[in-house]
Amino acid sequence: MTQATKVYTPEDMAEYARQARVRILEAVRHAGGGHVGGPFSAADMLAALYFGVMNVDPENPTWEDRDRFVLSKGHSSIALYTMLALRGYFPVKELLTFDSVNSRLQGHPDMTVTPGVDMSSGSLGLGFAAALGIALGARADGRDFTTYVMVGDGECNEGIVWEGAHVAARYGLDNIIAVIDHNKLQQTGWTGDSYEHRISPYLGDQLADRWRAFDWHVIEVDGHDIPAFLNAVGEAKKVEGKPVAVVAHTIKGKGVSFMEGDFMWHSKVPNDEEFALAMKELGETNGGGA
Amino acid sequence: MTTMTMGKPLRVAMGETITDLAADNDRLVVLDGDTAVSTRVDIFQQAYPERFYQTGIAEMNMLGMAAGMATVGDLIPIVSTFSAFIASRAHDSIRVLIAQPKLNVKLMSGYAGLLAGMTGKTHLLFDDIPIMRAMANMVVVCPVDEVETRSALEAVIKYDGPVYFRLNRGNTPIIFGDDHKFELGKAVTVRDGSDVTVFATGTHTSRALEAAQKLAADGIDVHLVHVPTVKPLDVAAVVAAAQKTGLVVTTEEGTIIGGLGGAIAESLAEFAPMPVKRHGLQDVFGESGPDGDLLDKYGISPPHVADAIREFVATHR
Repeated sequence: MTQATKVYTPEDMAEYARQARVRILEAVRHAGGGHVGGPFSAADMLAALYFGVMNVDPENPTWEDRDRFVLSKGHSSIALYTMLALRGYFPVKELLTFDSVNSRLQGHPDMTVTPGVDMSSGSLGLGFAAALGIALGARADGRDFTTYVMVGDGECNEGIVWEGAHVAARYGLDNIIAVIDHNKLQQTGWTGDSYEHRISPYLGDQLADRWRAFDWHVIEVDGHDIPAFLNAVGEAKKVEGKPVAVVAHTIKGKGVSFMEGDFMWHSKVPNDEEFALAMKELGETNGGGA
Repeated sequence: MTTMTMGKPLRVAMGETITDLAADNDRLVVLDGDTAVSTRVDIFQQAYPERFYQTGIAEMNMLGMAAGMATVGDLIPIVSTFSAFIASRAHDSIRVLIAQPKLNVKLMSGYAGLLAGMTGKTHLLFDDIPIMRAMANMVVVCPVDEVETRSALEAVIKYDGPVYFRLNRGNTPIIFGDDHKFELGKAVTVRDGSDVTVFATGTHTSRALEAAQKLAADGIDVHLVHVPTVKPLDVAAVVAAAQKTGLVVTTEEGTIIGGLGGAIAESLAEFAPMPVKRHGLQDVFGESGPDGDLLDKYGISPPHVADAIREFVATHR
């Protein structure tokens, strides 16, 4: 069984990413809490993965040969939920239940309740380990699907990431592609030359170099350039005998000018004025609001 | 008094049994944290090298990888290392990736309890049972001897969900006949008696049995119940056995805080309040040393168990 054969263009994916940012902001505003900066840095790549890369079937989310996706940076859950909803796993209007009691859309991904969530995650670094296990399981069971895992750059502070990076290279796991969302800001992070100025946990080439040092094949790309990202993943799939890290350079809060690169938008609810301005910048002419 | 036959260490029985079971179950895979020659999953490795995964000295990652593997093709990952590195070091991976999604991963906890082969306090985890039984969705099994280990592993592999399986290091007395069938969630009466009910778990049950035999000579008739499944606790059997004598002693090779003693005391306080003595390891960390010296110093050798029971009965008679 394979998915319906509808082919999406990079322009379609960009439009889904735009819609996702609108829905993310609506959901966070409705819930009165949630993350914005990380979901926005990931949105273009998630749109590319779900509409242009992964072999999945929203009608049959537990299909055994589907490609797997693990959002190891689980606090960006609303970005994943939004993409799953746009892809047809559940109704878009359900996004407004985000973070409420009894909702299928919990603060961090829960594989036991949300259709399309392949692995629970959120305690940082754990999703990455589980994704490696999925890839190893695929090899053990003779299945040729690909496992995609998205890891945050701040998340790479966690030691378990490097435990897994070592083991994956030892096994030459070439059926896993790690997308590293290198948005260069953490929730609090390291202070630069002023309190407001926060700097990346990994300066310059440090992050890509670390993955290379662990014997991963590294591809660097602009995570907001969808055609370039699609090419990077295409190249990653061709690599044999090594796991691949797509180190995606992104901007935290990408898509809304006053959120971009501001660490305070890691997790923040927009007020009415900010929301209206953001909707305008995201091209939502009706002012947004579900 | 009967003398118990000495049997294999439970770790060896485990290594042999999973290897036997793997012949008819191609879903079984083993992940090792570089302790296979100690925990004896090397027995499996030699028989099924292609189903054995060395994941290095990185336990959080190993438990996480096991969770991921369990989501593919109904694989049944069996994870093996020392108890401290499962229940303590990798606790977060177990909680988030195995227990919360209730994935079918079996945790083989080697070198559990006090007798861990001259390793000392870093490798001794007295509170593994409290830690694991407090975790939702987790089943906790502590077999007594090699016979029960074999039977219990069959049941544990058949059960669909996470199980913490406690194994010891040294040779272990055999208390059950070959026809013994372990039933998940069931307690077993080992000795019928009328003066005091004693609950024990794991290999320590054989020490409790030895204590009971000594006490019989002194005129104290012990009703001994072995509780191989600490969670879910066989509450009905526990209450019935306790009410038989009206006096309860729990004894274990583990902390008295929240372990078997804690579980029994919780249930009896709720359903059948009566005097309960919790015997076992106290609120301390351990140390390295020969087995016999450790049992003596930490007060859980058979004579210590007998003394604890005798004193408790004398106080309450």
